[in-house]
Amino acid sequence: MPNEDHLLVKIRNYAFLVIGLLAIGIAIGVELTVNPPETAPFDLLPILLRGLAVTIELTLLGAALALVVAIVAGVARSSGHIIVRTITGFYVEVFRGTSILVQLFWIFFVLPLPPFNLSLTPLQAGVLALGLNVGAYGAEVVRGAIGAIPSGQIEASIALNMSPGLMMRRVIIPQAMVRILPPFGNLLIELLKATSLVSLITLSDVTFQGLALRQSVGRTTEVFLLILVIYFLLAYPLTLGVRWLERQRQWAT
Amino acid sequence: MSEQFFDWEYVISFMPKLLEGLVVTIEVTIVAFILAAILGLLMALGRRSSNPWIAQPIGALVEFIRSTPLLVQLFIFFYVLPRYGLRMPAFIVGTIALGLHYGTYTSEIYRAGIDAIDRGQWEAARALNFSPVRTWVGIVLPQAIPPMIPALGNYLVAMFKESAQLSAITVVELTLTARTIGTQSFRFLEPFTMAGVLYFLISYPSSLVVQRLEKRYAGK
Repeated sequence: MPNEDHLLVKIRNYAFLVIGLLAIGIAIGVELTVNPPETAPFDLLPILLRGLAVTIELTLLGAALALVVAIVAGVARSSGHIIVRTITGFYVEVFRGTSILVQLFWIFFVLPLPPFNLSLTPLQAGVLALGLNVGAYGAEVVRGAIGAIPSGQIEASIALNMSPGLMMRRVIIPQAMVRILPPFGNLLIELLKATSLVSLITLSDVTFQGLALRQSVGRTTEVFLLILVIYFLLAYPLTLGVRWLERQRQWAT
Repeated sequence: MSEQFFDWEYVISFMPKLLEGLVVTIEVTIVAFILAAILGLLMALGRRSSNPWIAQPIGALVEFIRSTPLLVQLFIFFYVLPRYGLRMPAFIVGTIALGLHYGTYTSEIYRAGIDAIDRGQWEAARALNFSPVRTWVGIVLPQAIPPMIPALGNYLVAMFKESAQLSAITVVELTLTARTIGTQSFRFLEPFTMAGVLYFLISYPSSLVVQRLEKRYAGK
Protein backbone atom coordinates (compact mmCIF):
# COMPACT_ATOMS: atom_id res chain seq x y z
CA MET A 1 0.00 0.00 0.00
CA PRO A 2 1.59 3.28 -1.10
CA ASN A 3 -0.24 5.16 1.64
CA GLU A 4 1.14 2.99 4.40
CA ASP A 5 4.63 3.27 2.93
CA HIS A 6 4.27 7.01 2.91
CA LEU A 7 3.21 6.99 6.54
CA LEU A 8 6.14 4.74 7.47
CA VAL A 9 8.58 7.08 5.73
CA LYS A 10 7.04 9.99 7.60
CA ILE A 11 7.35 8.24 10.95
CA ARG A 12 10.92 7.25 10.16
CA ASN A 13 11.79 10.87 9.28
CA TYR A 14 10.81 12.05 12.70
CA ALA A 15 12.06 8.89 14.40
CA PHE A 16 15.62 9.79 13.52
CA LEU A 17 15.22 13.33 14.79
CA VAL A 18 13.83 11.97 18.04
CA ILE A 19 16.69 9.45 18.20
CA GLY A 20 19.13 12.32 17.63
CA LEU A 21 17.61 14.33 20.45
CA LEU A 22 17.72 11.22 22.66
CA ALA A 23 21.37 10.78 21.75
CA ILE A 24 22.06 14.32 22.91
CA GLY A 25 20.14 13.52 26.12
CA ILE A 26 22.29 10.42 26.61
CA ALA A 27 25.44 12.44 25.91
CA ILE A 28 24.38 14.89 28.61
CA GLY A 29 23.63 11.96 30.93
CA VAL A 30 27.03 10.36 30.32
CA GLU A 31 28.70 13.71 30.84
CA LEU A 32 26.85 14.01 34.16
CA THR A 33 27.89 10.56 35.37
CA VAL A 34 31.51 11.07 34.31
CA ASN A 35 31.74 14.53 35.88
CA PRO A 36 28.96 14.52 38.48
CA PRO A 37 28.02 18.04 39.54
CA GLU A 38 27.22 18.78 43.17
CA THR A 39 23.74 19.98 42.28
CA ALA A 40 20.82 18.26 40.59
CA PRO A 41 21.24 17.36 36.90
CA PHE A 42 18.73 19.79 35.46
CA ASP A 43 19.55 22.73 37.68
CA LEU A 44 20.83 24.52 34.57
CA LEU A 45 17.49 24.60 32.79
CA PRO A 46 15.80 27.36 34.85
CA ILE A 47 18.69 29.72 34.10
CA LEU A 48 18.69 28.84 30.40
CA LEU A 49 14.90 29.23 30.27
CA ARG A 50 15.23 32.74 31.66
CA GLY A 51 17.40 33.39 28.64
CA LEU A 52 14.74 31.76 26.48
CA ALA A 53 12.29 34.48 27.49
CA VAL A 54 14.72 37.12 26.17
CA THR A 55 15.29 35.15 22.96
CA ILE A 56 11.55 34.87 22.32
CA GLU A 57 10.96 38.52 23.17
CA LEU A 58 13.70 39.56 20.74
CA THR A 59 12.39 37.28 18.03
CA LEU A 60 8.85 38.67 18.33
CA LEU A 61 9.87 42.34 18.53
CA GLY A 62 12.46 41.91 15.79
CA ALA A 63 9.92 40.14 13.57
CA ALA A 64 7.35 42.88 14.15
CA LEU A 65 9.83 45.59 13.16
CA ALA A 66 11.10 43.52 10.22
CA LEU A 67 7.54 42.97 8.98
CA VAL A 68 6.70 46.69 9.00
CA VAL A 69 10.04 47.62 7.43
CA ALA A 70 9.74 44.88 4.78
CA ILE A 71 6.27 45.97 3.69
CA VAL A 72 7.06 49.70 3.67
CA ALA A 73 10.44 49.28 1.93
CA GLY A 74 9.11 46.62 -0.45
CA VAL A 75 6.22 48.80 -1.60
CA ALA A 76 8.50 51.86 -1.74
CA ARG A 77 10.97 49.97 -3.93
CA SER A 78 8.18 49.17 -6.37
CA SER A 79 7.12 52.82 -6.38
CA GLY A 80 7.18 54.91 -9.52
CA HIS A 81 8.87 57.77 -7.67
CA ILE A 82 12.59 57.65 -8.44
CA ILE A 83 13.80 59.33 -5.20
CA VAL A 84 11.72 57.03 -3.00
CA ARG A 85 12.98 54.03 -4.98
CA THR A 86 16.64 55.13 -4.76
CA ILE A 87 16.56 55.79 -1.01
CA THR A 88 14.91 52.47 -0.18
CA GLY A 89 17.22 50.73 -2.64
CA PHE A 90 20.19 52.18 -0.78
CA TYR A 91 18.81 51.01 2.57
CA VAL A 92 18.12 47.50 1.28
CA GLU A 93 21.50 47.05 -0.41
CA VAL A 94 23.47 48.42 2.56
CA PHE A 95 21.76 46.11 5.03
CA ARG A 96 21.94 43.11 2.71
CA GLY A 97 25.50 43.88 1.65
CA THR A 98 27.10 44.05 5.09
CA SER A 99 27.37 41.65 7.96
CA ILE A 100 24.52 41.67 10.51
CA LEU A 101 27.11 41.51 13.30
CA VAL A 102 28.74 44.71 12.07
CA GLN A 103 25.30 46.34 11.92
CA LEU A 104 24.61 45.24 15.49
CA PHE A 105 27.99 46.52 16.71
CA TRP A 106 27.52 49.75 14.79
CA ILE A 107 24.16 50.40 16.45
CA PHE A 108 25.37 49.34 19.88
CA PHE A 109 28.85 50.91 19.99
CA VAL A 110 28.66 53.88 17.61
CA LEU A 111 25.26 55.42 18.31
CA PRO A 112 25.83 56.13 22.05
CA LEU A 113 29.02 58.12 21.35
CA PRO A 114 29.33 61.60 19.89
CA PRO A 115 28.29 62.80 17.33
CA PHE A 116 25.10 60.75 17.75
CA ASN A 117 24.77 60.56 21.56
CA LEU A 118 21.86 58.20 21.12
CA SER A 119 22.14 55.68 23.89
CA LEU A 120 20.14 52.53 23.38
CA THR A 121 19.56 49.67 25.76
CA PRO A 122 21.00 46.36 24.50
CA LEU A 123 17.43 45.18 23.85
CA GLN A 124 16.62 48.22 21.72
CA ALA A 125 19.89 47.86 19.82
CA GLY A 126 19.21 44.17 19.24
CA VAL A 127 15.65 44.69 18.01
CA LEU A 128 16.75 47.54 15.76
CA ALA A 129 19.61 45.58 14.17
CA LEU A 130 17.58 42.38 13.69
CA GLY A 131 14.50 44.23 12.43
CA LEU A 132 16.40 46.41 9.97
CA ASN A 133 18.55 43.54 8.67
CA VAL A 134 15.78 40.99 8.20
CA GLY A 135 13.46 43.78 7.03
CA ALA A 136 15.84 44.49 4.15
CA TYR A 137 15.68 40.85 3.00
CA GLY A 138 11.91 40.91 3.50
CA ALA A 139 11.64 44.04 1.35
CA GLU A 140 13.13 42.10 -1.57
CA VAL A 141 10.57 39.33 -1.04
CA VAL A 142 7.73 41.89 -1.05
CA ARG A 143 9.12 43.59 -4.14
CA GLY A 144 9.47 40.27 -5.93
CA ALA A 145 5.90 39.30 -5.05
CA ILE A 146 4.49 42.62 -6.24
CA GLY A 147 6.52 42.36 -9.44
CA ALA A 148 5.21 38.85 -10.08
CA ILE A 149 1.59 39.96 -10.27
CA PRO A 150 0.48 39.86 -13.91
CA SER A 151 0.16 43.35 -15.36
CA GLY A 152 -3.32 42.44 -16.58
CA GLN A 153 -4.48 42.44 -12.97
CA ILE A 154 -3.26 46.00 -12.49
CA GLU A 155 -4.71 47.10 -15.83
CA ALA A 156 -8.04 45.56 -14.91
CA SER A 157 -8.03 47.41 -11.57
CA ILE A 158 -7.32 50.67 -13.34
CA ALA A 159 -10.05 49.93 -15.89
CA LEU A 160 -12.43 49.37 -12.96
CA ASN A 161 -11.43 52.82 -11.69
CA MET A 162 -10.00 51.48 -8.42
CA SER A 163 -7.95 53.92 -6.37
CA PRO A 164 -4.28 52.85 -5.84
CA GLY A 165 -5.08 52.09 -2.18
CA LEU A 166 -8.07 49.92 -3.05
CA MET A 167 -6.06 48.16 -5.77
CA MET A 168 -3.33 47.34 -3.22
CA ARG A 169 -5.84 46.11 -0.68
CA ARG A 170 -8.13 44.10 -2.93
CA VAL A 171 -5.95 42.94 -5.81
CA ILE A 172 -2.22 43.10 -5.19
CA ILE A 173 -1.82 42.23 -1.49
CA PRO A 174 -4.09 39.15 -1.44
CA GLN A 175 -2.25 37.63 -4.40
CA ALA A 176 1.20 38.69 -3.22
CA MET A 177 0.51 37.20 0.22
CA VAL A 178 0.54 33.65 -1.15
CA ARG A 179 4.04 34.18 -2.52
CA ILE A 180 5.26 36.10 0.51
CA LEU A 181 4.35 33.76 3.34
CA PRO A 182 6.81 30.86 2.80
CA PRO A 183 9.90 33.09 2.36
CA PHE A 184 8.78 35.17 5.33
CA GLY A 185 8.64 31.98 7.36
CA ASN A 186 12.22 31.22 6.33
CA LEU A 187 13.28 34.73 7.30
CA LEU A 188 11.64 34.26 10.69
CA ILE A 189 13.81 31.17 11.21
CA GLU A 190 16.92 33.12 10.19
CA LEU A 191 15.89 35.90 12.59
CA LEU A 192 15.44 33.44 15.44
CA LYS A 193 18.92 32.04 14.83
CA ALA A 194 20.40 35.53 14.48
CA THR A 195 19.06 36.53 17.92
CA SER A 196 21.96 34.50 19.35
CA LEU A 197 24.25 37.34 18.20
CA VAL A 198 22.87 39.69 20.87
CA SER A 199 24.78 37.64 23.42
CA LEU A 200 27.80 39.55 22.08
CA ILE A 201 26.30 42.88 23.16
CA THR A 202 25.63 41.72 26.74
CA LEU A 203 21.94 40.93 26.25
CA SER A 204 21.09 37.90 28.40
CA ASP A 205 19.48 35.59 25.85
CA VAL A 206 19.86 31.78 25.83
CA THR A 207 23.34 31.91 24.31
CA PHE A 208 24.50 34.58 26.77
CA GLN A 209 23.21 32.57 29.74
CA GLY A 210 25.08 29.58 28.34
CA LEU A 211 28.33 31.53 28.11
CA ALA A 212 27.80 32.85 31.65
CA LEU A 213 27.07 29.34 32.96
CA ARG A 214 30.19 28.02 31.26
CA GLN A 215 32.23 30.58 33.18
CA SER A 216 30.49 30.11 36.54
CA VAL A 217 29.77 26.37 36.77
CA GLY A 218 31.72 24.89 33.86
CA ARG A 219 29.91 21.78 32.51
CA THR A 220 30.51 23.16 29.04
CA THR A 221 29.25 20.13 27.08
CA GLU A 222 25.97 19.94 28.93
CA VAL A 223 25.34 23.68 28.70
CA PHE A 224 25.93 23.97 24.97
CA LEU A 225 24.09 20.79 24.04
CA LEU A 226 21.07 22.02 26.01
CA ILE A 227 21.25 25.34 24.16
CA LEU A 228 21.33 23.57 20.80
CA VAL A 229 18.26 21.55 21.74
CA ILE A 230 16.41 24.68 22.89
CA TYR A 231 17.08 26.46 19.58
CA PHE A 232 16.14 23.35 17.63
CA LEU A 233 12.84 23.00 19.48
CA LEU A 234 12.08 26.64 18.68
CA ALA A 235 13.15 26.59 15.04
CA TYR A 236 12.03 23.18 13.82
CA PRO A 237 8.26 23.75 14.26
CA LEU A 238 8.74 26.89 12.16
CA THR A 239 10.53 24.83 9.48
CA LEU A 240 7.63 22.37 9.43
CA GLY A 241 5.20 25.31 9.23
CA VAL A 242 7.02 26.74 6.21
CA ARG A 243 6.93 23.36 4.45
CA TRP A 244 3.21 23.12 5.13
CA LEU A 245 2.71 26.60 3.65
CA GLU A 246 4.72 25.63 0.58
CA ARG A 247 2.54 22.59 0.05
CA GLN A 248 -0.56 24.78 0.37
CA ARG A 249 0.82 27.09 -2.28
CA GLN A 250 1.53 24.25 -4.68
CA TRP A 251 -1.96 23.05 -4.12
CA ALA A 252 -3.42 26.54 -4.66
CA THR A 253 -1.69 27.23 -7.98
CA MET B 1 42.00 63.52 18.77
CA SER B 2 40.25 66.02 16.56
CA GLU B 3 36.54 66.64 16.95
CA GLN B 4 35.60 66.05 13.34
CA PHE B 5 32.47 64.10 12.51
CA PHE B 6 34.46 61.53 10.58
CA ASP B 7 38.20 61.60 11.18
CA TRP B 8 39.93 60.58 7.94
CA GLU B 9 43.42 60.77 9.42
CA TYR B 10 42.36 58.21 11.97
CA VAL B 11 40.93 56.08 9.16
CA ILE B 12 44.22 56.22 7.26
CA SER B 13 46.13 55.25 10.41
CA PHE B 14 44.14 52.05 11.03
CA MET B 15 43.34 51.07 7.45
CA PRO B 16 46.37 48.76 6.96
CA LYS B 17 45.33 46.75 10.04
CA LEU B 18 41.72 46.59 8.87
CA LEU B 19 42.82 45.33 5.46
CA GLU B 20 44.82 42.57 7.18
CA GLY B 21 41.57 41.59 8.90
CA LEU B 22 39.82 41.60 5.52
CA VAL B 23 42.43 39.19 4.15
CA VAL B 24 41.71 36.79 7.03
CA THR B 25 37.96 37.11 6.37
CA ILE B 26 38.50 36.26 2.70
CA GLU B 27 40.75 33.30 3.55
CA VAL B 28 38.20 31.92 5.99
CA THR B 29 35.40 32.39 3.47
CA ILE B 30 37.20 30.64 0.62
CA VAL B 31 38.36 27.65 2.66
CA ALA B 32 34.98 27.30 4.39
CA PHE B 33 33.18 27.53 1.04
CA ILE B 34 35.27 24.74 -0.46
CA LEU B 35 34.47 22.69 2.63
CA ALA B 36 30.76 23.53 2.38
CA ALA B 37 30.70 22.61 -1.31
CA ILE B 38 32.25 19.20 -0.61
CA LEU B 39 30.34 18.43 2.62
CA GLY B 40 27.09 19.59 1.03
CA LEU B 41 27.58 17.20 -1.88
CA LEU B 42 28.37 14.33 0.49
CA MET B 43 25.30 15.13 2.59
CA ALA B 44 23.08 15.38 -0.49
CA LEU B 45 24.36 12.03 -1.82
CA GLY B 46 24.00 10.49 1.64
CA ARG B 47 20.42 11.67 1.91
CA ARG B 48 19.62 10.10 -1.45
CA SER B 49 21.06 6.77 -0.44
CA SER B 50 18.64 3.87 -0.86
CA ASN B 51 19.75 2.58 2.53
CA PRO B 52 17.49 4.30 5.09
CA TRP B 53 20.09 3.69 7.80
CA ILE B 54 22.36 6.08 5.95
CA ALA B 55 19.83 8.47 4.44
CA GLN B 56 17.69 9.15 7.52
CA PRO B 57 20.40 9.94 10.10
CA ILE B 58 22.15 12.24 7.61
CA GLY B 59 18.80 13.92 6.93
CA ALA B 60 18.20 14.41 10.64
CA LEU B 61 21.71 15.81 11.13
CA VAL B 62 21.23 18.29 8.27
CA GLU B 63 17.90 19.44 9.70
CA PHE B 64 19.42 19.81 13.15
CA ILE B 65 22.42 21.84 12.03
CA ARG B 66 20.23 24.10 9.87
CA SER B 67 17.84 24.75 12.75
CA THR B 68 20.43 25.93 15.26
CA PRO B 69 22.51 29.14 15.25
CA LEU B 70 25.99 29.19 13.74
CA LEU B 71 27.22 31.12 16.79
CA VAL B 72 26.29 28.31 19.19
CA GLN B 73 27.90 25.77 16.86
CA LEU B 74 31.05 27.88 16.85
CA PHE B 75 31.07 27.88 20.67
CA ILE B 76 30.65 24.10 20.69
CA PHE B 77 33.59 23.64 18.33
CA PHE B 78 35.63 26.15 20.29
CA TYR B 79 34.79 25.27 23.90
CA VAL B 80 33.49 21.69 23.90
CA LEU B 81 35.75 19.82 21.47
CA PRO B 82 39.01 20.73 23.30
CA ARG B 83 37.61 19.03 26.42
CA TYR B 84 37.69 15.75 24.47
CA GLY B 85 41.23 16.23 23.27
CA LEU B 86 40.45 17.96 19.95
CA ARG B 87 42.57 21.08 20.23
CA MET B 88 42.79 23.22 17.11
CA PRO B 89 43.56 26.89 16.44
CA ALA B 90 40.48 29.14 16.44
CA PHE B 91 40.99 29.93 12.74
CA ILE B 92 40.69 26.25 11.78
CA VAL B 93 37.85 25.51 14.20
CA GLY B 94 35.89 28.50 12.94
CA THR B 95 36.43 27.61 9.31
CA ILE B 96 35.27 24.03 9.85
CA ALA B 97 32.15 25.15 11.75
CA LEU B 98 31.29 27.72 9.07
CA GLY B 99 31.84 25.15 6.33
CA LEU B 100 29.73 22.54 8.09
CA HIS B 101 26.89 24.98 8.78
CA TYR B 102 26.72 26.14 5.18
CA GLY B 103 27.28 22.60 3.95
CA THR B 104 23.76 21.84 5.14
CA TYR B 105 22.51 24.74 3.01
CA THR B 106 24.46 23.75 -0.09
CA SER B 107 23.25 20.16 0.32
CA GLU B 108 19.70 21.39 -0.35
CA ILE B 109 20.89 23.05 -3.55
CA TYR B 110 22.59 19.86 -4.70
CA ARG B 111 19.49 17.89 -3.83
CA ALA B 112 17.24 20.16 -5.90
CA GLY B 113 19.75 20.14 -8.76
CA ILE B 114 20.05 16.36 -8.79
CA ASP B 115 16.28 15.95 -8.61
CA ALA B 116 16.00 18.14 -11.70
CA ILE B 117 17.94 15.62 -13.82
CA ASP B 118 15.63 13.81 -16.19
CA ARG B 119 14.80 10.20 -15.36
CA GLY B 120 15.77 9.21 -18.88
CA GLN B 121 19.37 10.10 -18.13
CA TRP B 122 19.46 7.62 -15.27
CA GLU B 123 17.74 4.96 -17.35
CA ALA B 124 20.13 5.49 -20.24
CA ALA B 125 23.13 5.18 -17.93
CA ARG B 126 21.72 1.96 -16.56
CA ALA B 127 20.92 0.65 -20.04
CA LEU B 128 24.54 1.31 -21.05
CA ASN B 129 25.63 -0.66 -17.97
CA PHE B 130 27.47 2.28 -16.43
CA SER B 131 28.74 1.78 -12.90
CA PRO B 132 27.16 4.00 -10.21
CA VAL B 133 30.36 6.02 -9.99
CA ARG B 134 30.46 6.57 -13.73
CA THR B 135 26.76 7.47 -13.75
CA TRP B 136 27.30 10.13 -11.10
CA VAL B 137 30.62 11.51 -12.26
CA GLY B 138 30.06 11.17 -16.00
CA ILE B 139 26.35 11.83 -16.43
CA VAL B 140 24.48 13.31 -13.48
CA LEU B 141 26.84 15.78 -11.81
CA PRO B 142 28.12 17.47 -15.00
CA GLN B 143 24.52 18.31 -15.89
CA ALA B 144 23.34 19.07 -12.36
CA ILE B 145 26.15 21.36 -11.18
CA PRO B 146 26.16 24.27 -13.71
CA PRO B 147 22.56 25.39 -12.95
CA MET B 148 23.44 25.30 -9.23
CA ILE B 149 26.25 27.83 -9.61
CA PRO B 150 24.16 30.97 -8.96
CA ALA B 151 22.62 29.49 -5.79
CA LEU B 152 26.05 28.38 -4.59
CA GLY B 153 27.32 31.88 -5.35
CA ASN B 154 24.61 33.34 -3.14
CA TYR B 155 25.83 31.20 -0.27
CA LEU B 156 29.43 32.21 -0.94
CA VAL B 157 28.40 35.85 -0.46
CA ALA B 158 26.36 34.94 2.63
CA MET B 159 29.33 33.06 4.11
CA PHE B 160 31.59 36.05 3.49
CA LYS B 161 29.25 38.17 5.63
CA GLU B 162 28.50 35.52 8.26
CA SER B 163 32.21 34.83 8.79
CA ALA B 164 32.02 37.94 11.03
CA GLN B 165 30.65 35.62 13.70
CA LEU B 166 34.07 33.99 13.95
CA SER B 167 35.13 37.13 15.83
CA ALA B 168 33.24 35.68 18.82
CA ILE B 169 35.76 32.84 19.05
CA THR B 170 38.77 35.16 18.81
CA VAL B 171 39.52 34.77 15.09
CA VAL B 172 41.13 38.10 14.20
CA GLU B 173 39.15 38.77 11.05
CA LEU B 174 37.64 42.01 9.79
CA THR B 175 34.99 42.53 12.50
CA LEU B 176 37.23 41.69 15.45
CA THR B 177 39.98 43.91 14.03
CA ALA B 178 37.52 46.81 13.77
CA ARG B 179 36.33 46.17 17.31
CA THR B 180 39.88 46.07 18.69
CA ILE B 181 40.79 49.30 16.91
CA GLY B 182 37.65 50.93 18.32
CA THR B 183 38.31 49.73 21.87
CA GLN B 184 41.90 51.00 21.79
CA SER B 185 40.97 54.55 20.81
CA PHE B 186 37.37 54.62 22.05
CA ARG B 187 36.22 55.80 18.64
CA PHE B 188 33.96 53.19 17.09
CA LEU B 189 32.37 55.23 14.31
CA GLU B 190 35.29 55.07 11.88
CA PRO B 191 36.43 51.43 12.32
CA PHE B 192 32.93 49.93 12.21
CA THR B 193 31.85 52.15 9.33
CA MET B 194 34.95 51.24 7.34
CA ALA B 195 34.46 47.56 8.16
CA GLY B 196 30.91 47.87 6.82
CA VAL B 197 32.22 49.61 3.70
CA LEU B 198 34.74 46.82 3.09
CA TYR B 199 32.07 44.13 3.49
CA PHE B 200 29.83 46.05 1.12
CA LEU B 201 32.54 46.70 -1.48
CA ILE B 202 33.06 42.97 -1.86
CA SER B 203 29.62 41.50 -1.30
CA TYR B 204 27.60 43.95 -3.42
CA PRO B 205 29.55 43.49 -6.69
CA SER B 206 29.63 39.74 -6.01
CA SER B 207 25.87 39.63 -5.64
CA LEU B 208 25.53 41.51 -8.94
CA VAL B 209 27.68 38.86 -10.60
CA VAL B 210 25.45 36.17 -9.07
CA GLN B 211 22.38 37.95 -10.45
CA ARG B 212 23.92 37.94 -13.93
CA LEU B 213 24.66 34.25 -13.62
CA GLU B 214 21.06 33.67 -12.53
CA LYS B 215 19.77 35.40 -15.65
CA ARG B 216 22.17 33.44 -17.83
CA TYR B 217 21.08 30.06 -16.49
CA ALA B 218 17.41 31.04 -16.34
CA GLY B 219 17.55 31.82 -20.07
CA LYS B 220 18.41 28.23 -20.94
